[in-house]
Amino acid sequence: MIRVALNGEPRELHDGATVADALALLGVAPDARGVAVAVDREVVRRADWAGTPLATGAQVEILTAIQGG
Amino acid sequence: MTDDPLVIAGRAFASRLLLGTGGFRSLEEMAEAIRASGSELVTVALRRVDPAQRGSIMDVLAETGVAVLPNTAGCYTARDAIVTAQLAREAFETDWVKLEVIGDDRTLLPDAPELLAAAEALVDDGFVVLPYTTDDPILARRLEDAGCAAVMPLGSPIGSGMGIRNPYNISIIRERTELPVVLDAGVGTASDAALAMELGCDAVLCASAISRAHDAVAMAHAIRAGVEGGRLARRAGRIPRRLYAEASTPDAGLPDFGAPVDA
Repeated sequence: MIRVALNGEPRELHDGATVADALALLGVAPDARGVAVAVDREVVRRADWAGTPLATGAQVEILTAIQGG
Repeated sequence: MTDDPLVIAGRAFASRLLLGTGGFRSLEEMAEAIRASGSELVTVALRRVDPAQRGSIMDVLAETGVAVLPNTAGCYTARDAIVTAQLAREAFETDWVKLEVIGDDRTLLPDAPELLAAAEALVDDGFVVLPYTTDDPILARRLEDAGCAAVMPLGSPIGSGMGIRNPYNISIIRERTELPVVLDAGVGTASDAALAMELGCDAVLCASAISRAHDAVAMAHAIRAGVEGGRLARRAGRIPRRLYAEASTPDAGLPDFGAPVDA
């Protein structure tokens, strides 16, 4: 297992888990509009979600559009 | 397209009212207000995914046909604003950003050094940067020098509804920049929006004044009319202010009815 901080919450994911797995854990569809991901402050592009593995200690931020401004 | 479009970074808009989507009581009300406002560019924000959230603002905005302008609301440092803008570019597939870097949570006033640093970095990174700034003409010039696509000075603090507290500074900003000037923050009602346009602003960005009005859709109509009236007045050229009266009816041809007869 690996342990990451997912949107500030400690979560466990299986070894070899990717950004796409983290999205699935939050119930975000891979084709959801208005979603962006940062791992350790670096943007992970949508095309790379399935191919970007996570490591223990990673800080994963999954953001979406809300009303504002 | 109108004969008097708003042009920002080479892109033309018929409407001179930009709408913030924050504060509406429902997505339905937001959509109706967007239609009433005539706005073609509306702001959105990014926050952590809430698995309990139902209904997507993106779907609703897509139905209205408007373009989205992501903001960096809630960022206190250039560093955070830059990452947020990069995430917004990925989420919304636009390189336009309403850059907000605030100094504290009570005034929500811009933090000038952080704002300028973020603007410079984002321009270098290929963004079309629309900074929310103070009404300081010198900071506006520095943002222009940094390569921003517009300047968006506040009239008064965000959500305060206090209107334009220093109209002279807004006039100076207008005179001294080649960039579009968008009055951002402080509008409370239609007359504030009209004044912004009369002062020479190219557009008004307005959120709370519409979204938190008793009748948001009716206020969207009203502020739209204020923006349009103010723009027409600016182009028409107002009369100068005078201390004393100037008669509009000529004295020539005034009849003489003779001296009064004592009773």
